[in-house]
Amino acid sequence: MGKELFNPGEKDALDRVDGRQKVTGAAKYSAEYQLPNLAYGVLVSSSIAKGTIKSIDTKAAERAPGVVGVISHVNSIKVPGFADNEHPTEPPTGGRPLRAFYDNRVYFNGQPVAIVVADTLERAQYGASLVKVAYVKEQHTTDFNANTGKAVLPAQAKKNPKSSLNDYDRGQPDGYKTAPVKIEAEYHHPSEMHNPMELQSITAVWEADDKLTVYDKVQGTKPTQRAFATEWKIPVENVKVISKFVGGAFGNGLHNWPHETAAIIAAKQLKRPVKVAITREQMFTMVGYRPQTHQKIGIGATPDGKLVGITHESVGQTSTYEEFTESVLQQTRMMYTSPNLSTRYRLLPLDVSTPIWMRGPGEATGAFALESAMDELAHVLNIDPIEFRLKNYTEKDPDNNLPWSTKYLKECYQMGAERIGWNKRRMQPGTLKEGDWLVGYGMGVGTFGAHRGGATVRAKLHADGRLVMQCAVTDIGPGTGTAMVQIASTTLGIEPSQIVFELGHSDYPMFGNQGGSSTVNSVGSAVQAACNSLKQKLKDLASAKNASLTTADPKNISIKNGQLTITDNSLNVALADFFKQNNLQEMEVTEESKPGQEANKYSKYSFSVHFAEVHVHPKTGQVRVKKVVTGADAGTIISWKTAANQMIGGVTGGIGMALQEDAFMDHRFGRYVTKDFAEYHVPVHADVPHIDVFFVDKPDYIVDPIGTKGLGEIAIIGVAPAIANAIFNATGKRIRELPITADKLI
Amino acid sequence: MIQFQYIRASTQKTAIETTAKDATAMFIAGGTNLVDLMKRGITTPQKLVDINNLPLKNIDASTGRIRIGALALNSAVAENKLVLDRQPLLAQALNAGASAQLRNMATVGGNMMQRTRCPYFYDTAMPCNKREPGSGCGALEGFNRMHAIFGFSDKCIAVNPSDMNVALVALDATVHIAGPKGNRTVPFINFHRLPGDLPQKDNNLEKGELITAVEIADNPFNKHVHYLKIRDRASYAFALVSVAAALHLDGNTIKGVRLAMGGVAHKPWRLTEAEKALVGKTVSEGTFRQAAEIAMQGAKGFKYNSFKLKMGPNAIVEALKTAAGIV
Ligand SMILES: Cc1cc2nc3c(=O)[nH]c(=O)nc-3n(C[C@H](O)[C@H](O)[C@H](O)COP(=O)(O)OP(=O)(O)OC[C@H]3O[C@@H](n4cnc5c(N)ncnc54)[C@H](O)[C@@H]3O)c2cc1C
Repeated sequence: MGKELFNPGEKDALDRVDGRQKVTGAAKYSAEYQLPNLAYGVLVSSSIAKGTIKSIDTKAAERAPGVVGVISHVNSIKVPGFADNEHPTEPPTGGRPLRAFYDNRVYFNGQPVAIVVADTLERAQYGASLVKVAYVKEQHTTDFNANTGKAVLPAQAKKNPKSSLNDYDRGQPDGYKTAPVKIEAEYHHPSEMHNPMELQSITAVWEADDKLTVYDKVQGTKPTQRAFATEWKIPVENVKVISKFVGGAFGNGLHNWPHETAAIIAAKQLKRPVKVAITREQMFTMVGYRPQTHQKIGIGATPDGKLVGITHESVGQTSTYEEFTESVLQQTRMMYTSPNLSTRYRLLPLDVSTPIWMRGPGEATGAFALESAMDELAHVLNIDPIEFRLKNYTEKDPDNNLPWSTKYLKECYQMGAERIGWNKRRMQPGTLKEGDWLVGYGMGVGTFGAHRGGATVRAKLHADGRLVMQCAVTDIGPGTGTAMVQIASTTLGIEPSQIVFELGHSDYPMFGNQGGSSTVNSVGSAVQAACNSLKQKLKDLASAKNASLTTADPKNISIKNGQLTITDNSLNVALADFFKQNNLQEMEVTEESKPGQEANKYSKYSFSVHFAEVHVHPKTGQVRVKKVVTGADAGTIISWKTAANQMIGGVTGGIGMALQEDAFMDHRFGRYVTKDFAEYHVPVHADVPHIDVFFVDKPDYIVDPIGTKGLGEIAIIGVAPAIANAIFNATGKRIRELPITADKLI
Repeated sequence: MIQFQYIRASTQKTAIETTAKDATAMFIAGGTNLVDLMKRGITTPQKLVDINNLPLKNIDASTGRIRIGALALNSAVAENKLVLDRQPLLAQALNAGASAQLRNMATVGGNMMQRTRCPYFYDTAMPCNKREPGSGCGALEGFNRMHAIFGFSDKCIAVNPSDMNVALVALDATVHIAGPKGNRTVPFINFHRLPGDLPQKDNNLEKGELITAVEIADNPFNKHVHYLKIRDRASYAFALVSVAAALHLDGNTIKGVRLAMGGVAHKPWRLTEAEKALVGKTVSEGTFRQAAEIAMQGAKGFKYNSFKLKMGPNAIVEALKTAAGIV
């Protein structure tokens, strides 16, 4: 089972279709459009956490060389959607997104309060340094740990009794307390900041008074188009959103942020295109983050390892103006058989910027607590952690009693255990050594809903056998174009080199956001539908001329090297000739594909298992992750290289989450102190060992007709606990507060 | 960044004169620290005197010493054969710093002069006596994980971030300086300062003075050395604690030892008392542990860095063990 990766003979080991463009610099990102008369905007941000702006002295900035405008709430044009609260972003958060330069309120430290626009970036930066802002400070509350007791049920849950954010009990509330063997533990992780390589950037151009074009780093061109049309009260079709390349987004492009509106305001007010690329430091407050979260778990089992109950409580942080929620507790509800199960989800609004989805949103947080607690209980029970999980394996979803669409988690356990060498693991922590270093093994499980939405793809077949497809979807890094080319090639037979998948433009056919690991499921299905529709059309044309082809099965139609073949009826003709015979220049179809009702009868999830071997120096506390094995049950694997790439990236993010990432705020100022890459650590090459990836690669045709389940999120979910568990196994030290830095281990 | 004038000095004399007479002028070498500070508005020279054309790149060995020009690149020093043969501790310390790319730009003089990485120093919206004397020390009651446990004052608890400096102080290097008033030399240990009441002054270099070279006298510390750097990731991070350890062994007997720590004070921290305690002793973990305890006398932790009180001595022991080859 499973396949070795990167085997050059492997048919599906397709190279990234845009790899060459990316590594040669030919790929154009949102800040790289050199438009005529382009001006550069630099944002000035607040240095207090709460209060009002008393005055802004912009005189020196306005006089500075090259500066063409300084805009703040004092002189900003009115954004039509702001006044009546029409300022949506999609998917929506609760509350109301921050309105750029709307009034003098300061909601958090690092809030954009003005934009300086100049003819060069450097002059804009200099101008921005001259803006003096005077504030009236108010007492701020930013200290999460000191205020967790004040957390509340989200308004979204109160409004909607069906919301999964509401309190949930299965069996007896807090039933774990009745178990003969039980533990209670609290877990914490700090906020983790969105820091993809590409900084958030936008180039905004008003083509006419009511016609806007933005080159914008977003996860959805259509949702952004709708958001700005609503914000500016102009027809949707008057807004063009272009996002051809995205240098990593991980969730921060699922929301439209003040810097985008700031650029659009500036472009309108100054009547010239304006580009804004925020700084690395501004990434820490302007584009969301994984909220710090405090979790409590009570978990109990019988002495032979049958779970009796789990209670899982979570408190996350949000801002005062927007309510960001995520599904921290879902994995706990469905992963293990537990007759009693309670979850409680609370939020603490603070004077900070709004968090947003970050890869494995909620689930990565919840899995850290759940999978750590499972490991803790397995240790107390003296049962192998895998065996413990198998004893509580769910054959159907205990949350809704539906059968799984597919679930090959057992296979993942088995394949992963073999590859990491789980048999080397000692039950007794701290007993395996290599020189002075302690050696430990740990594992963690991840899951994420297998989602699918509607998508439309246009496909044009040219007489020379080339296929050009279009969809509004973006590619935030996973290699969407590559996967789509692979699907089209598999469906039609056309060589990948003859297929182009155009994406990242709101003029293209409908798709929403790339997010929630649903893109291949959704858009891939539409690609398949479009290709099948082409086949049907070809067959119809062929059978109109040759009645013996009427019975041909479209499955047996293929196009290779410009030849159209129908194998079962032995038609073999040059596509160009076939088109000529039928008076066709080209053949175009547009197909929408969306999930049917049938799928609702099942519970649909992707699964992952991560195994880590770590070495810990007991005296200096240094941790070295020596090996990671990561595997997924994600349905059919479409594109092996990019899929493996997803897993490797997810594990790397998980290493950062477990060991390094820590956005530390000084609450005296409500201001982050670790806000550059010297202080806010993410893994470097030396921190990342060989990551051995495997896939079960079994189709799930309930989720979608191409058999995929989604991969992006599960790549990180469960990684942090795998590492934390391995550290426990190495040292006997259970660290429940991330990141696990050296000082916690000495 | 404010606008500034840029001059490329062709002689040492003009470089020094230009910088000495203009209060707003500064030397620039690799620029890896200075340019960052200028971008953030922390350092605001109006004139940059580029010294890269001065003939100060050489590394040579003459009568009993290695002389390293102030413009020798960190990477060039770390891979230099003379350095590897005679002062491998220095090479190890250099390679523990920054990244390959940065080491290819950074110079020895610039490395000595690099400023602290205290986040309050870096954020102009926060208080910092080093950046803005009188504004207060943000770290004292703030985020002080990276901060000093020795030799701090109530004005400043920042540390010197350099790895190279830790090796150079251990190796008793000498700093060669040329200035408007002529040439002078300073023992490395006296080059950097403790913060006291003048935290804005990192070292004892006077305005217009140019570091021309560092010299290390030949010593028997070229076999049993180790630079141990403990940091928040495996590479490319500043030290939480680092230790430069060099032993001169006769069999198992310690004939001489050099020991210094980084990440613990406003200057590279030489552990003279611990050295004394080790001389004449037999190599063993116990001996090293005793010396480490002596080394830590007088150390004091703050809210977020008191782990250094334990990590520090442990690191000393581990560095000495590795240097002695008993791991
Ligand atoms: C991301 C990052 C990570 C880093 N990590 C580490 C690390 O882990 N360990 C470490 O040790 N260092 C680290 N560094 C710091 C690096 O070592 C220094 O930036 C570098 O050594 C400075 O040398 P330079 O030649 O570029 O100096 P410049 O930036 O050119 O100059 C620095 C200062 O020295 C002065 N100066 C330069 N040459 C002379 C001279 N000959 N005489 C008098 N004054 C002079 C300049 O006027 C300026 O004030 C890191 C730097 C960065 C940016």
